[in-house]
This record gives sequence, structure tokens and C-alpha cells, in this order.
Amino acid sequence: MSLALWLVFSSAHASWTVNMAPGVTEVSRSVFDLHMTIFWICVVIGVLVFGAMFWSMLVHRRSRGQQPANFHESTTVEILWTVVPLAILVVMAVPATKTLIDIYDTTESELDIQVTGYQWKWHYKYLGQDVEFFSNLTTPRAQINNREAKGEHYLLEVDEPLVVPVGTKVRFLITAADVIHSWWVPALAVKKDAIPGFVNESWTRIEEPGIYRGQCTELCGKDHGFMPVVVEAKSKEDFAAWLAERKTAAAAEKELTSKEWTLDELMARGEKSYLTNCGACHQPTGEGLPPMFPALKGSAIATGPAEGHIDIVINGKPGTSMAAFGKQLSEVDIAAIITYERNAWGNSVGDMVTPQDILAFKKAQE
Amino acid sequence: MSAVIDPHHAGHGLTDHHHGPAKGLMRWVLTTNHKDIGTMYLWFSFAMFLLGGSMAMVIRAELFQPGLQIVQPEFFNQMTTMHGLIMVFGAVMPAFVGLANWMVPMMIGAPDMALPRMNNFSFWLLPASFGLLVSTLFMEGGGPNFGWTFYAPLSTTYAPESVTFFIFAIHLLGISSIMGAINVVATILNLRAPGMTLMKMPLFVWTWLITGFLLIAVMPVLAGCVTMMLMDIHFGTSFFSAAGGGDPVLFQHVFWFFGHPEVYIMILPAFGAVSSIIPAFARKPLFGYTSMVYATASIAFLSFIVWAHHMFTVGIPLTGELFFMYATMLIAVPTGVKVFNWASTMWQGSMTFETPMLFSVAFVILFTIGGFSGLMLAIAPADFQYHDTYFVVAHFHYVLVPGAIFGIFASAYYWLPKWTGHMYDETLGKLHFWMSFVGMNLAFFPMHFVGLAGMPRRIPDYNMMFANFNMVSSIGAFMFGATQLLFLFIVIKCIRGGTPAAAKPWDGAEGLEWTVPSPAPYHTFSTPPDMATLEAHRTDPRHD
Repeated sequence: MSLALWLVFSSAHASWTVNMAPGVTEVSRSVFDLHMTIFWICVVIGVLVFGAMFWSMLVHRRSRGQQPANFHESTTVEILWTVVPLAILVVMAVPATKTLIDIYDTTESELDIQVTGYQWKWHYKYLGQDVEFFSNLTTPRAQINNREAKGEHYLLEVDEPLVVPVGTKVRFLITAADVIHSWWVPALAVKKDAIPGFVNESWTRIEEPGIYRGQCTELCGKDHGFMPVVVEAKSKEDFAAWLAERKTAAAAEKELTSKEWTLDELMARGEKSYLTNCGACHQPTGEGLPPMFPALKGSAIATGPAEGHIDIVINGKPGTSMAAFGKQLSEVDIAAIITYERNAWGNSVGDMVTPQDILAFKKAQE
Repeated sequence: MSAVIDPHHAGHGLTDHHHGPAKGLMRWVLTTNHKDIGTMYLWFSFAMFLLGGSMAMVIRAELFQPGLQIVQPEFFNQMTTMHGLIMVFGAVMPAFVGLANWMVPMMIGAPDMALPRMNNFSFWLLPASFGLLVSTLFMEGGGPNFGWTFYAPLSTTYAPESVTFFIFAIHLLGISSIMGAINVVATILNLRAPGMTLMKMPLFVWTWLITGFLLIAVMPVLAGCVTMMLMDIHFGTSFFSAAGGGDPVLFQHVFWFFGHPEVYIMILPAFGAVSSIIPAFARKPLFGYTSMVYATASIAFLSFIVWAHHMFTVGIPLTGELFFMYATMLIAVPTGVKVFNWASTMWQGSMTFETPMLFSVAFVILFTIGGFSGLMLAIAPADFQYHDTYFVVAHFHYVLVPGAIFGIFASAYYWLPKWTGHMYDETLGKLHFWMSFVGMNLAFFPMHFVGLAGMPRRIPDYNMMFANFNMVSSIGAFMFGATQLLFLFIVIKCIRGGTPAAAKPWDGAEGLEWTVPSPAPYHTFSTPPDMATLEAHRTDPRHD
């Protein structure tokens, strides 16, 4: 049923959608019910008050020879229209309080996932599982700049969705690495701010497998509109298989650090990682968006000694938007990106920074 | 505290009240006359309204279709930020200060504002402040791009370098607002004509008295907030940085402790104006004057204890969440009282629908719609779905555009005959109303829909499922925006000529401002009016 609803909502006709969707969890449905209850209460009050006003505007006109009455107070009526709305509010507050208490009960979770907002991507870490990854927008630039037809999930598609099992209470521990973001999936009725230095909690229990899409909902800088949230709910078996596969892949990725890399291999991987992790600010052309995001093409750092270059990528530059990527990316990716930056767009230092160099740099720092 | 007029002052006024305004440009630079200063506030506000409005046009043009067409995200963010700042601090607040300058002394029978020189200074700080603010758009790195709510650390560590100019601009306009508010409060409390007791004041004076106290209470909080930002950016403190032991959420608490009363600062004077206009065109006294005063005071009090409803998703504890939800829902009660009072004032009146009345009736209905969505937003669990989506954008534009702005238009049309001595063009006025009404609803009503369907606010691009209503919104916004040029034309036309206005051009109007000629002489009430005569006038059957 809920899946069908989503299909309806994402079809072409859905662009005239006027209401919230009930969502796919018990919580989202009770939120939807609250929304509809308060909406209908407002509609009834509106019809009564506006009805009286329109009646009055049609009938009590001077052009119809109406003589003005002179009444200007009535204690009874005034008390009545203070007390009755108060009573309606109390009636409304009861279910709202119940739902809120339920939403705040994050105990007894079966799976904990740490969600970290970065400018402008999400990082997911399955606590105690040794699985973590970034989730980046995959909508091509060409679609955004109207050079290609836009796909169905335009701006709502990512390389690695957050995968969760159905029928399981999943707890989200939400935080941020730079500015404030907000993690929102409408179908789950989960929206929680991701705040640097804080860990917020939220939870969900999805009933049906499916793909649920949302977006960052707190202005977080330039690409705030380009950091979607995609959650894929799988059956418990599929989820277990997926998790096992990810663990194996993570181990394989670690081994790459000790592999002997060639310049071409690093450049190829570097280009891909650069576009995913650096391109938003420094731009695919390496020309940046000065002065907020400096150019790398011909920059002193990217064409100077490798140590300085490694240092700024690993440790970032405090007081600016340049994040510390040392803990965000693998040694392989950092090495590949630095190598790429030193040899792309006409930069031609010609040297190669290997994963071992990065490892050595990190050790020296400790 | 009640109306004490210094006899020396009154005598002074008597001897030289014939002198008119100085000649030339220096009249406006040096003026201490409340009418001149009011006029300058109103023109400044309208200029800012057009500037902020043209930024809204850029925003709506970009959002006309999915994809990036007109501007890049970094400039889009500057547009949303500046649109908000300019409309709030440059258009709406100065417009009400302008109305207060013109009308409060005339409504209470005072010769001028209590502190005329400070009045001049309050005004002239504004062009300086906004000049500074707008100049940031031309600086390297661009202007403020962190939203009009400028949440840290986006507005501190991650801000463009021009943020320092933004902070200074906020300081200046804050000083201007505080001085303006002190002036209004001092005028109302000290310069009322003998016999004008507090409970006889027109509601516009009452709502401004309460607004004045709100301003004095919260503008210093905003100043503190931006000062902490300044310290964080330049002097190594960590008020809002978790890395240094500070707290980014503290910023939001401080900001909204200012910000929520601020939204009432932008609406209470409109409540007051409409409470004068509806009785005038219904030819029937305002229903429930006393309850209007108490409702305004209750709203002002509640505005101080609801700030965290802007922060339901930041992770405040359950008990805090419940407290702010209940307190916010309570605001519906006094607001409801006001709406019921206006409707009852209309009931069994003898109504005509000149432009001020059209804007006032639309104000009541559309502001109430904004109130309904406000009530929905108060329900914390539902707010998790609405928060920071276009539903919120729809909500606050419904309370600000047909609320504050329509209140200002209604006031302008109502008092233009008094200001200029001419009647405005009624046909064009009505056209202005209907175009604004249709444009505004077309622009903002569909925002409820895209918000509920899941479109976050402050994004330059969106999925196709939001496309249709965004296009409708943009068309409505262009219509509303273009219509405001018509208003400019109507006002200029009215200043330059037209049917001469009687001292009291509206047969149902009440109040001291209608006892002086139109246009109002440069100095009015140099001698306090005789309230007894006015009382006698009030008891006259109006429809004779």
C-alpha cells in the first residue's frame, strides 16, 4: 500500500500533489493523522469565521441600505470565544503529546547508525559493524545545467544509499562535521538537525522494503540543495547479505593501501575521487570559486612541495571551509586526489604521492 | 505619567507655530518634525520594499523551473538572505516607525514626538546601515549567504569575509530601532492631550506602545547575538563553536529569543491600524476595545516564551519540547479573540469597500490563514515534517504579506488624504488591491503544497515533482511584484494632485487626526486639543 503510494507520488502526475504523504512507519502515520486532524479543525473554524464575514460583507452593506448597529461589547460572547478555542487546543494537545513521547523513545534499538553531515554529503557508520561510507549526489552536472534531460530522481539520487533492515528499530545518532545540517526522510517522519559537537538521536522502524528519499533541510552553504538522503529498506536476509558483502569490501579496500600504485592508476582513481569529494568547491576545472574556494590550478600549494599539499588535505585549514579530510577519506583516496591535483589542469609537478606516503605522514603527526 | 504638557512648551508652540518647513535639501537632513521624519521613513521603507522585492523576483525566476538557469547557488543564497533581511529590517519595520511618526502624535494630540532630535538620528542611521549591508553584495566573496536567521557556524567560521559589515549593519539598525521605540514609548506615555487616558487611546497607539516595549526588550538581544559572532570571528572566542567549548545551539536560542518577539513587532502595529480602519468603513464602533488591548498584551507576553518552537528539530529535551508546544498553541487564543472582534465589528455594520477597507478585510482573512498554518506548525510532531520546508515559507509569508504589508497598504490609503490633502485614485487603488490579492495568493498558496510534498526551503533547484506549483508561485510573485509599481504611481499621483480631501474624508472615521485640516499643517496640536469637544463629537450619531 505504502509502496504504491510512493509510486503514485513519484509519477509524473504527482507534481500536482497538495498534501503530505502518510509515510511508511507507525510514527509517520500518527504524524500524518495529527496533521490531518489539526487541518480539519482549522478548516471548520475557517468556514465558520469566514462564512460569517462573507455573509456580513454581502448583507451588511451601505449600498443595501443597512443602518449600522451600535453594539460594541458582550462579556458573555467574549468569554465564550476565549474558552472554546482553549478547549479545542487541549483536545489537540493530547494526541500530539502522545506521539511526541513515542518519537522521543529511542531505547531498545536493534541497530545503531551514526549519521554525519558534511558540506555537502552524508556519512553513514554502522556502529560496531566496521562498515562506513559517504553518500554523494549522483545527478550529473549536465542535468543540473539543463544540457541533458532530467532523470526521474533528479537531485534525489546518491551513489551509496543508507541501507537498513525492515521490521527493525534502527536508531540514528546524528551529528555534523562542519556546519549544521538536518537529516530528513519524509516517508519516515524523521527530521533531526545534525549539529557539530552534538549527537542527536532519532529512530525508525520501517515495515516495507523500498527506497525512501529526502533532503538536507537546514541551510548549510552553497550546495545545500544538492545533498539528498536516500534510504533503502531491505528484508532482514537481504540486509545481512549486504552487510557481509560490505565488510568484505572494506577489508579489500584496506589492502589497497599496501599495493604498489602507478601514476596512471592514481590519476584515474584521483580524478573520480576528486570530482566526488573536492569538485563542489574547487570545481571540476580546478579553478575554484575565489575567494571562498581558491583555485588549485597553478596554486602555490598544489605545485609546491608535497608535504604542504598533504598537510592541508589531511588537516584542513581552520577558520575556512577547507575540511580536514584525514579521517574522512582512505589513504588511497587521499594519495590519489593529491596526485591528481598535482598533475591535472596543466599542473605538472610530475611527482606521485602514494598511500604509503600518506600513512607515513599520519604516523609522523602522531 | 498621564498627559502632562509643559506649559512653557505649549506657550512656545503658540507663539511660533506659523513657521513652515525649511527650504531645500537641508530640510530633510536636519528636520526634527515628526511628519517630515515619518515621510522619510515611509519612502525609505518603500525603496527597500522594491529592492527586497526585486531580490524575490530573482529567487522566483530561478525557481520557475527545475535546473539552474539564472543564478548559481552561491548567489541564490545571497538573494534569499538579503531578501529576508531587507524586507524585515528595511521594509516592514521602518514602515511602521514611519506610520507611528506621522500618526501617533496626531492621534494623541501631541505637537511632535517626545525626542525630536533623536528621531532624526534614528532615521538617518537606516540609510547608513542598509548602504553598508547592500554594499556587501559587491565585495569579494559576496554578501551574507547564510539565511536571514544567520545560524552559526555557517555565519561565523564558514561565512564570507563581508560578514563583519553585516554585523556592523545590524548594530546600526538595532540602535535605530531602539531609539525609535524609546521615542514612541516616551511620546505615548508623556505627551497625550489632557483627558486622553490610556484606555481612550486609539488601538494603533496601544499596539505601538506594546511594540515599543518589545523592541526595547529584544533588539539588545540581537545586538548581543551579533557581537558574540564578531568575537568568534575576530577575537578568538568560541561562543558558538563546539570545538572551543561553545555551543552552536546557543546561537539559535539567543537569535529566536529576539526573533519571535520580532515577528510580533512586525504585526502588532498592523493589528492596531486595521482596528481603526474596519470600524471606520463599517460605521460601527470597534467590538471589544478592552479585550483587544488585553489580547495584544497577552500576545506580547507569550511571544517571550515560545522561541524554541523555531527549534523543535535541534534536539531539545522532551519536556522543553512539550512546554514550547503548549505555549505556542496558547497564542491562538488571544489571536482568535482579535479575529472574532474584527468580524463582530463588521457584523451589522453599514459597510463600504474603499481601498483601505479592502486591504483590511483581506488582512483579517489571509492573516487568519497564516494563523491556521501557525497552529499546525505549533504541533511539535507535525512540525518535524513541516520544519524548514516551503510550508513554513508559505506560513510566514501569509502572516507578513497580507498581514504586515497589507496592513501598511491599508494604513497608507486610509491616511494618504490626511498626508497629501488629496484623495488617491480610488479605481487605481482597487486595481492595486485586486492585483496584489490575486498575485499574492497565487505566489504563496501553492507553497503550502510543495512544502507538504517535501520541498525544503532555501534550495535553488528541485525535483520535477515540485515543478508545477513552483511555476504557479513564480507567476504569482511576478504579478505581485509588478503591481507594486502601480502603488508607487498611485502615491505620486495623489501627492501631485487629485480631489481635495476634507479634514475628515471618511464619514465613519474616528480620532483626533481627523480634527486637523488635510493636508495636516506642518505643526499640529501646538495647543493640546480639548478632549471634551471630541467626546461630544463621538456621541454624535455618525450617519446623520
